[in-house]
Amino acid sequence: MTFNAPALLFVIVGLALIGWLAGRARSALLAARAGVKLHSRPQYHGWYVALWLFAPAALFLALWSSVSPALVTSAVLETPAAQGLPEFGFERGAILSDARSTAAGRQAAVRLPAAAPLVEPYRQAAQRYGAIGIGAMLALALAGGLYGYSRVGPGLRARSRVERIVMAMLLLASLVAILTTFGIVMSLLFESIRFFRLVSPAELLFGTHWNPQSGAPQPGTFGGIPLFWGTVLIGAIIAMIVAIPIGMMTAVYLTQYAAPRVRRWVKPCLEVLAGVPTVVYGYFAALTVAPALREFAAMLGVPNASSESALAAGIVMGVMIIPFISSMADDSINAVPQAMRDGSLALGATPNETIREVLIPAALPGVMGGILLAVSRAIGETMIVVMAAGLSANLTANPFASVTTVTAQIVKLLTGDQEFNSAKTLAAFALGLVLFLVTLLLNIAALRIVKKYREAYE
Amino acid sequence: MTHDELTIANPKMKAEGVDVFYGAKQAINNVSIDVGTDLVTAFIGPSGCGKSTFLRSLNRMNDTLASARVTGKITLEGEDIYAPSMDVVQLRARVGMVFQKPNPFPKSVYDNVAYGPRIHGLAAGKADLDLIVERALVRAGLWDEVKDRLGESGTALSGGQQQRLCIARAIAVNPEVILMDEPCSALDPIATAKIEDLIHELRGKYAIVIVTHNMQQAARVSQRTAFFHLGTLVEYGKTADIFTNPKQDRTKDYITGRYG
Ligand SMILES: Nc1ncnc2c1ncn2[C@@H]1O[C@H](COP(=O)(O)OP(=O)(O)OP(=O)(O)O)[C@@H](O)[C@H]1O
Ligand SMILES: [Mg+2]
Repeated sequence: MTFNAPALLFVIVGLALIGWLAGRARSALLAARAGVKLHSRPQYHGWYVALWLFAPAALFLALWSSVSPALVTSAVLETPAAQGLPEFGFERGAILSDARSTAAGRQAAVRLPAAAPLVEPYRQAAQRYGAIGIGAMLALALAGGLYGYSRVGPGLRARSRVERIVMAMLLLASLVAILTTFGIVMSLLFESIRFFRLVSPAELLFGTHWNPQSGAPQPGTFGGIPLFWGTVLIGAIIAMIVAIPIGMMTAVYLTQYAAPRVRRWVKPCLEVLAGVPTVVYGYFAALTVAPALREFAAMLGVPNASSESALAAGIVMGVMIIPFISSMADDSINAVPQAMRDGSLALGATPNETIREVLIPAALPGVMGGILLAVSRAIGETMIVVMAAGLSANLTANPFASVTTVTAQIVKLLTGDQEFNSAKTLAAFALGLVLFLVTLLLNIAALRIVKKYREAYE
Repeated sequence: MTHDELTIANPKMKAEGVDVFYGAKQAINNVSIDVGTDLVTAFIGPSGCGKSTFLRSLNRMNDTLASARVTGKITLEGEDIYAPSMDVVQLRARVGMVFQKPNPFPKSVYDNVAYGPRIHGLAAGKADLDLIVERALVRAGLWDEVKDRLGESGTALSGGQQQRLCIARAIAVNPEVILMDEPCSALDPIATAKIEDLIHELRGKYAIVIVTHNMQQAARVSQRTAFFHLGTLVEYGKTADIFTNPKQDRTKDYITGRYG
């Protein structure tokens, strides 16, 4: 018997339905008797039985689906056929997964010859653990269902119990996203640790030369500074020089000057702009902005103007960020009490003076929070830089030159035919970790600022 | 009401036949009133009768509401304040306003007071500005309490101090008229007493109009009282007369607490 989670889920949903009908029928029978007053309506008794039947079995199903592959694999590894496996993780993993797919019938024959002897052990182990899992799950469902059914009676507060069980299920659902993120971070961390065994963290963080080669790691080729600098130049400097003034001016116009009718149109338009796939911006940067900038640079006589320039990527990224900044600034300016504005106008300040001297300073903390969020988005943005910023790791302040960013390098490191397990591939994870930590810090800082600011006007 | 009772020897501001509309809704109906130069004028009346609306039309703060429209004539020293030639920014510097809830800017005490003089270019230099700020704070009776903390944020002061800061802020631009819309309604009795003392001090230096729901306050601080009801000016006269010998039944009912 193989363990097929979707089919089994179907089975327990069916069982739960039966439980629902049984619970309702039993309480309805009870209710029909003279002198019996049920605490809850029959439906709730039905739900009570159904949930008792479904929840433990479903939890077990989820748990078993995630641990049983590991159990199967470890069982296989103990067979004599597995002794000849290579030590290295990636290759070993590839052979194992090849054998697993063949055993499960997802492919007709093994692709790697080394996997052939493992197919049969895999099949057996999978069957054994599948049978154990199915048996345990059915037993749980049955036990839960019977327990729920036995509790059905006039005194059972099924209504409040159902409420509580539903609450617990909602809580579990909300944990899914958190736990998944946690898992992703952990895997990032583990791969990064493997990388840092080969290359020191200091080299990655402070080295100035980036030129990773396949094969054994060569010292002095994993310096991340050019990448970090490129990321900062594009995402935090050029993009913000474009986005902050335009975004702020947009927000000021929309909150202070625009007629309600204009605001009703312009705001949704900006929001739509924020939803444009970044690859579209990427095209725009690579095909329109970059060539124009290059000609412009050539006209100015700038040396080594490249068709892939930091400026092109930065400007387009700034445009992409504008709606983000303007909507954050819009919110902050709106949060400044009307009384503040009136106070300034009543002193004889013009609307313009009021905006400059009172509204923007008062809204500044909120705007700063928005800017930090925008920066964290910009430095994590990938598509535009891959398409327009180039891949050469130059350490230069010339905005017309080609630079590269952390995200662009991650893409480069992980695409194409790469041998897994080399320092070059692992570097992608380490870069990802750095990026993750920096954006995390930026986000925390931004949220704290925004929260503090909100409190100030409550 | 006879015309005699409405006339004041040298009015600072004069309203004649003023109507105020919010969209199609009329909030003020044909109000004529004189605001005396050396007097404190109190506006009283039940909630929603249009006191704030009328007050705001005296410094054109109603202009900031898209739906509001003012007709009739209001003059300041004989100048029509709704004339196209009137500079509303200048007008508001001459007719200052203090609001119901203290609304200091999130700036230092000093910068709050210096705000008006700075935007109007009233100070010749740093020393001059210091002097203006000090004088305004002294006049507002706040100097002794804040002279050592001028750099602290104005929002960190107590409610009563904040309100006096707002008065100092209005005084600093050297206005001719100060409009106060329920300036004590957010304050405790002690802070209220301080503001009332302050109004006594300021009388004669500025023409003052104060909106209040507190009859005793109106009786204590003002020399003229105007009673508004449903957008109209029901009765206007010497404060003592209004409170001891009202001519209109509606006024009598209101000040004796029959309604409102
Ligand atoms: N911005 C506005 N838009 C539309 N109608 C308004 C607006 N402000 C006030 N009104 C209306 O105008 C009328 C007068 O309001 P106003 O605020 O002047 O009364 P008030 O006498 O100051 O009352 P209170 O003593 O409660 O402050 C009310 O009916 C009110 O609903
Ligand atoms: Mg009012």
